[in-house]
Amino acid sequence: MSTEKTSTPTGDHAVENPEAAAAAVTVVDPRLLVREQGLAGYWNEFKRKMKAGDLGSIPVVVGLLIIWAIFTSLNSNFLTAGNFSDMSVAMVGTGMIAVGIVFVLLLGEIDLSVGSVSGVAGAAFAVMNVTHGMNEILALVLAILTGTVAGAVHGFIFARIGVPAFAVTLAGLLFWQGFMLQILGSNGTINLDSEGIVVKLTSYYFSDVAAAYGLAVVATVGYFLLAFFDNRRREAAGVPSRPLNEIIVRTVLLAILAFAAAIVFNQYKGLPLAVVIFLVFLVFTDFVLRRTAYGRKVFALGGSVEASRRAGINVEMVRISVFAIAGTFAAIGGLFVASKIASANQGAGTGEFLMNVIAAAVIGGTSLFGGRGRTWDALLGVMVIISITYGLALEGIASPVQYMITGGVLLATVVIDAVTRKTQKTAGRA
Amino acid sequence: MVHVSATPVLALRGVSKRFGAVQALTDVELEVHAGEVVALVGDNGAGKSTLVKTIAGVHPIDEGSIEWDGESVQISRPHDAQNLGIATVYQDLALCDNIDVVGNLYLGRELRRRGVLDEVEMERRSRELLDTLSIRIPSVRIPIASLSGGQRQVVAIARSMLGEPKLVILDEPTAALGVEQTAQVLDLVERLRERGHAVILISHNMADVKAVADKVAVLRLGRNNGVFEVKSTSQEEIISAITGATDNAVTRRAARTNGEIKK
Repeated sequence: MSTEKTSTPTGDHAVENPEAAAAAVTVVDPRLLVREQGLAGYWNEFKRKMKAGDLGSIPVVVGLLIIWAIFTSLNSNFLTAGNFSDMSVAMVGTGMIAVGIVFVLLLGEIDLSVGSVSGVAGAAFAVMNVTHGMNEILALVLAILTGTVAGAVHGFIFARIGVPAFAVTLAGLLFWQGFMLQILGSNGTINLDSEGIVVKLTSYYFSDVAAAYGLAVVATVGYFLLAFFDNRRREAAGVPSRPLNEIIVRTVLLAILAFAAAIVFNQYKGLPLAVVIFLVFLVFTDFVLRRTAYGRKVFALGGSVEASRRAGINVEMVRISVFAIAGTFAAIGGLFVASKIASANQGAGTGEFLMNVIAAAVIGGTSLFGGRGRTWDALLGVMVIISITYGLALEGIASPVQYMITGGVLLATVVIDAVTRKTQKTAGRA
Repeated sequence: MVHVSATPVLALRGVSKRFGAVQALTDVELEVHAGEVVALVGDNGAGKSTLVKTIAGVHPIDEGSIEWDGESVQISRPHDAQNLGIATVYQDLALCDNIDVVGNLYLGRELRRRGVLDEVEMERRSRELLDTLSIRIPSVRIPIASLSGGQRQVVAIARSMLGEPKLVILDEPTAALGVEQTAQVLDLVERLRERGHAVILISHNMADVKAVADKVAVLRLGRNNGVFEVKSTSQEEIISAITGATDNAVTRRAARTNGEIKK
């Protein structure tokens, strides 16, 4: 990789810096590494990134494709539009909670209570709406706020009193599970109104084919325009910018993915409402983490608490808010889980559910060591988890084996995480 | 040395600080003028770090007074020090490894445009700032983890310059650096002086002190042990003041010329 180039402030085509190599170093931006032409360039960049442990989402995507290939070869029903669509809806509950876990992991902390909190939210909604006949919108909002408050309490005890997050949320796990069982009462299961808003969350599909294609168009065009105008501003300000052809390549890749998904959804019942909501939350949280001062603070805390404190960041507030966010997403996810089975029952959020959620966030590529990750990781990770669950279920493989396989995948992921971190340290990018 | 003003930017008058049974600082005097580099030296435990922390507002002083531009001020929190225009670069640099150079420079004071981080403007200004300080790093968009120790140090110092401070305190900026990188940092210290900043430099390295400082203030066991003009003082004289051979000919001479030794 000797073709390091930078674009000139005038926006002319990228030129070699005419000065000596040492001078060139000061202006080159690594994101600007212009690949050599053709496939060889991409291959070289890939090798460079692999050496630096800077693979991003590639291992997960490759893993996912392998998993799909295996299950497809075992059972031709796996890769059908119906199964794909079902998996997409089923993953939203777990995925939402994993988004909250990504926030917590970015701090380098852990929240073990999200499973129980999700159960509480489902039960709280059912009790308020079904048992006491409360307005369903109000009950929905209150159920989500229950999660926010629970998370904030955990955050407060962790941040202000200084109890390790692990211990606080372990206590929370038990407490909220008990709380859920208590409010569900003796009968244990409350069925939700099958025409109600919560059940609709996962049962409603935009059957008009235009919806899925429209969303794909909006996503693609939106991405291109944002990238394009960001670039224009960068050029105007004279800071390095992405070459236009790279933006086009990325947009085309996104378009292929978006339209492939749209076609699959349209072959079945149409675009699922749950998936739309999940995508909206992913875009929003990704924006918050990468484009706002608040997100920067979250990353800073994951990098160095002391540095953040000295930079004037209110460490306690950020910590409390992150746990409140995790609680909120746990509650939202809990409602999606309840929606999928159209009831709130005693088993919600218990057993392997918590492990699946944390595994989803970690498998997606969020580091357990803090400071590295994106909310999109939650999407990738939960796709892996759900694919395994559905694939094994199709094969009629019992849950003991499922547990062992999911455990193996999680172990493989954290090993990759630890190894990546080591490689990145030696390559100076950790 | 460049234009040293008459009123010191910062003056400590009889500052004392206790931690429980330990008298960390006793009647310490210190003056720093604009465009002046004052090296603060002393053995381990002499009170250098404590003194710096009292100025930075980490440890409020027990007795004495702090004058800023000739006026008495209270510095009881780090915030007070920052508001006065005191920037401190601690030994452990306080940078976030996972965030890029621009993000670290603007950490805690991000520029925003319609509520959203203005990455373009931050990047432009970062490059400008690094250029004016003649700081060379591979890119402003690589994580701090990718930088060498010296590069991190200059980024940390550059970061302190963003608030246009009047006084910059550097705590052992060259302690862990190689020859080349030390030179880079010392160059940067000289550039701070040229730009009219007052600088307090803590260092164990006499060569560094002789290279960039205008004055050397020696602390010993929490007390002043002489303030020397660097140009007219030999390294040996400074060292004997540090090690506390207080009654030898060297320090007696220093006492006559400065009239400031209290012990």
